[in-house]
Amino acid sequence: MASTEQSAKMSVQEMIAKQKGRKGKKWLEKSIPIILFIIASISVLTTFGIVFTLIFETVEFFQRVSFFDFLLGTEWLPFSNKEPLYGILPLIAGTLKVTAIAVVVAVPFGLASAVYLSEYASDNTRRIIKPILEVLAGVPTIVYGFFALTFVTPLLQQFIPELKIFNALSPGIVVGIMILPMIASLSEDAMTSVPNSIRDGALALGATKLEVAVKVVLPAALSGIMASIVLAVSRAIGETMIVSLAGGSTPRFDLDMTDSIQTMTAYIVQVSTGDAGFGTTIYYSIYAVGFTLFLFTLLMNWLAHVISKRFREEY
Amino acid sequence: MRHINHGSVVKRMGIRMVLNKTFKAIFFIATLFALLALGILFYRIISQGIGFISIDFFMNFGSRIPENAGIKAALVGSLWMMAVIAPVSLLLGVGSAIYLEEYAKKNKVNDFIRMNIANLAGVPSVVFGLLGLTIFVRALSLGNSILAAGFTMSLLILPVIIVASQEAIRAVPKELREASYGMGATKWQTIAKVVLPSAIPGILTGGILALSRAIGETAPLVVIGIPVIIQFLPDNLLSQFTALPMQIFDWAKRPQEAFQSVAAAGIIVLMMFLLIMNSIAVIIRNKFQKRY
Repeated sequence: MASTEQSAKMSVQEMIAKQKGRKGKKWLEKSIPIILFIIASISVLTTFGIVFTLIFETVEFFQRVSFFDFLLGTEWLPFSNKEPLYGILPLIAGTLKVTAIAVVVAVPFGLASAVYLSEYASDNTRRIIKPILEVLAGVPTIVYGFFALTFVTPLLQQFIPELKIFNALSPGIVVGIMILPMIASLSEDAMTSVPNSIRDGALALGATKLEVAVKVVLPAALSGIMASIVLAVSRAIGETMIVSLAGGSTPRFDLDMTDSIQTMTAYIVQVSTGDAGFGTTIYYSIYAVGFTLFLFTLLMNWLAHVISKRFREEY
Repeated sequence: MRHINHGSVVKRMGIRMVLNKTFKAIFFIATLFALLALGILFYRIISQGIGFISIDFFMNFGSRIPENAGIKAALVGSLWMMAVIAPVSLLLGVGSAIYLEEYAKKNKVNDFIRMNIANLAGVPSVVFGLLGLTIFVRALSLGNSILAAGFTMSLLILPVIIVASQEAIRAVPKELREASYGMGATKWQTIAKVVLPSAIPGILTGGILALSRAIGETAPLVVIGIPVIIQFLPDNLLSQFTALPMQIFDWAKRPQEAFQSVAAAGIIVLMMFLLIMNSIAVIIRNKFQKRY
């Protein structure tokens, strides 16, 4: 009990002075930021890891396959026994087909939802619809893939008899449904951040709500809306499971939407589920395709960043 | 100045009002499209798969015969994977968020870290799979184990957790910190005993949502080479395993009609799993989040 008596006699200032003198505490205060900095650097290391992994293995790939054959070749036949061909264009064509259909589905519906939610809907309606959009955004892509294969494709076949089981149309539509919530919620954010004074001004001049939405709010929120579309395109390009299940595995360099295709992501999945051994050209080819995919999405993300930075209207 | 022609304004008025009403209806119907899609999706999957849900479905391992196929290995595998992802991603995510919000000064290095996190969020999950395959499966020779998959998934959801934690930490009012400093607390004491406790509900909500994304993610597992037919339960972190989305992917790919129903049943289990996690997140958000 002697120590408690002693500390009771000490003044607060003395106690603080004693605490400050302790070596352990000082050491802790100094080392914590360093530890946290190291933890924060792991995200940077991850990026470096991705870039270096892709570059190293891609370089290995290009020692076996000519760079120009890869970039300009219109035939992707890696599994051919006689003469394997590695022209990336058919895979890019497959990816772009699916992305284009997805954009055609998602942009009108996404923007219309965003306009409705930000300009017309009452608070109650918004409270119901926004969580539903969140659920839609949270559905795993494997579930969407199953939906595309077992529901959307048979449904479309009733209208388009020549549609194959694996095609570009069905996964394209479903990828569109998948990215729709992203466009809707990001665009709605952009629209709701347009100040009400501008809306009120237009309404006071006699504009209808539609005119306010189309001629005032949309132009003012355009940078945010464009950025949301570009980000959604980036998601569509990188989407894997929907196209793997419903798109097929026939790389083709054309504009046919009704026949089996293969996207860059679906090729990576096909090789991964097969038994291409470590060190084969096919093994390295998934890194070359992955690198191409990475560059595509990087470009899109950078574009979205530039659009939202440069064209932002400040109020 | 030209005077407004009253007649023409009145004449245009009618059509402008009609247009407004029509487009309001069009926008509303377009919004319902998303709702309809979700409704059909759930209806289809439940009606197709509910017949397969039984005690046996949870007790059986995968099988070549649809009637005997079960989800036991996948369900347990997903739980094991979650046990790796949750601590790893929360430790890394919250640590990074504290650094960025509390310690990081405005300089080039920290700006680079911030920009990098935003970029990382946009990298497709299949590319994370390639990273996991090279670094964890091959370079660190973890094989296609729970640990390798868990690490890969942790890195995949790291940006999401960092951003959610940053928001939660930022929402803690300045007054609380100042009061703590005023009482003589050091910076770390303030963070550990004042800032973090009041930010934890927000961090957990964001964390659980990110975790549920990792549980539903398939592509990285495929690339890492997670097998689908596993006839045993994992017993340590370096065991081989399979996970719910992997199992569903395998079933959905099979040509036999009956496996479609098994896949739908698997999806029901996965969706229930996610529903439970999301409900927990919502409960935490509503119950513990303080408003200042």
